[in-house]
Amino acid sequence: MIKLKEKMIEGFFLLNGLLVVFVLAGIFALLVFTSVPAFKEISLSEFLFTSNWNPTSYIRESYGIGAMLVSTFMVTFGALLIAVPLGIGVAAYMSDIAGDKVREIAKPVIEILAGVPSVVIGFFGIVFVGPIIAKVFGIYNGLNAINGSVLLAIMALPTIISLSEDALRGVPKSFEQASLALGASHWQTLTRVKIPAAFSGIIAACMLGMGRAIGETMTVLMVTGCAPAMPHGFWDSVRTFASTIAIELGEVPYDTTHYYALFSIGLVLFIITFFINMASDILLHKYQKVEK
Amino acid sequence: MKKYLILLISAGIIAAFGVRAFSGQEMLQIKGSDTLINLVQRMAEVYMEKNPGKLIAITGGGSGTGIAALINKKCDIANSSRLMKAKEMSMAAGKNVKPKRVVLAIDAISVIVNTDNGVNKFTKDELGKIFRGEIKNWKELGGKDIPITLYGRQSNSGTFVFFRGFILKGDYSSKMRRMNGNAQIVSAIGKDVSAIGYVGVGYVKNLKGGKISVAKVASRQGAQYASPLSLEDVKSGKYPISRPLNQYVNGNPKGIVKDFIEFELSKEGQKLVENEGFFMIPDEYKKFNKKSAGI
Repeated sequence: MIKLKEKMIEGFFLLNGLLVVFVLAGIFALLVFTSVPAFKEISLSEFLFTSNWNPTSYIRESYGIGAMLVSTFMVTFGALLIAVPLGIGVAAYMSDIAGDKVREIAKPVIEILAGVPSVVIGFFGIVFVGPIIAKVFGIYNGLNAINGSVLLAIMALPTIISLSEDALRGVPKSFEQASLALGASHWQTLTRVKIPAAFSGIIAACMLGMGRAIGETMTVLMVTGCAPAMPHGFWDSVRTFASTIAIELGEVPYDTTHYYALFSIGLVLFIITFFINMASDILLHKYQKVEK
Repeated sequence: MKKYLILLISAGIIAAFGVRAFSGQEMLQIKGSDTLINLVQRMAEVYMEKNPGKLIAITGGGSGTGIAALINKKCDIANSSRLMKAKEMSMAAGKNVKPKRVVLAIDAISVIVNTDNGVNKFTKDELGKIFRGEIKNWKELGGKDIPITLYGRQSNSGTFVFFRGFILKGDYSSKMRRMNGNAQIVSAIGKDVSAIGYVGVGYVKNLKGGKISVAKVASRQGAQYASPLSLEDVKSGKYPISRPLNQYVNGNPKGIVKDFIEFELSKEGQKLVENEGFFMIPDEYKKFNKKSAGI
């Protein structure tokens, strides 16, 4: 009797696990099958290696994702450049320096930041961040890649701070005590002992923050200007994969090359996030082995 | 978002009244242009309030969708912000449908710049060059030495398509910022001295404050510059970037179709046109409507 119950519970959990895999595989299959018809009319090399995306052109349609690929990576890495140092800094402060009272207030505040809707952050970017960027850099407007990066950094920060702090707190007290006992200063203990020991957790936190940034749609759509030209720097307007899908999918006629091409973009985005997650997973395991 | 909301509401109205329609009520079906949907929806609300028992259902989907539905006899009135193409006319003839055009409002697209920018007069030709990206600096137009920043709509907008076909006759510069709606273009240009953009005239008609200057446009070199804010200039066609907004019906309208269109063209209906940010039809289009559809 007990054995049967055990078996049933086991089966139930197996089913749950399989369901997640099935959903993921289903999404992938859907993307692949709806992408394929696009390549009846577009050559794969045009799609991947040219930079002009204009499926509703007045003169000649073009389907190149080059500029979008560059734009997406620019905005994402720009965001990480801001969010990673800041996030780790805040996490170190919260785990090692801040008193209990400060932490009790700061932690919920940071978590509330994670709950702010992306439209609100986008609006904040238009009316507040944009004009500041324009002033600071002496340009005429703030609708560019920097603005997108700053806002995405704000959105990725709560994830990075929260998970990095957990990782730093997870470092055994004995490490810290040993380091201090050997005469290392507080700073040396933090940078040379605690952060390396928590490295796998911090990497995972940053990768999750990156996952949040790369697929974010609404905020980026509102503040980057969405010009389809190839960007030449962070001062230029950019248009990411996610914004292109959001702008065009709503009005595209069904069963056209344009329709299928949008799914191809979705597939590319899916593959990119898949590889980011895989890379973070490999990194995580590698460092865990070193620790042991 | 608003569009979906309207669709949802119209779907709700259809569902709610569907039952009554089955019980022998006649229901007017209107389909088509997204530019017109708010206006016609508003007109239908007022009309239904005044005529209890008469039912009108309105859906969007774009001018092409509406015209296709009219050809397939799936709707009574097709809203269209463009004229029917020759191909659509021959398709209609093949199905024994006789489309008649009625003009119910005039839409003007205004070109706006920042007030701190010295230049605010353009010819149609210059606008084409600016938005195609051939003129890149304000000094080429007699202004300061500042690069031009272009602001326009995203490709799913009817205004984007109209402006492209009417002014550019080519592709927009790929450097043009694709903004998420008229209001965003207005607020961005108010902060950017290098900016130029286009929006529906409804968005700048009652604008107070802000650093927005509505540009004057001439149809060609040497012609008079006219402002879209001047009622006369838009009506007389002196302001060159305007278009008639149309409805197509099958044959000369009768019954409720006729009644509703007469309401749209009445003083009260035309007042709603103004309220929604469009322009009343001038006398020449009133004459045209009589000739075209007998209304």
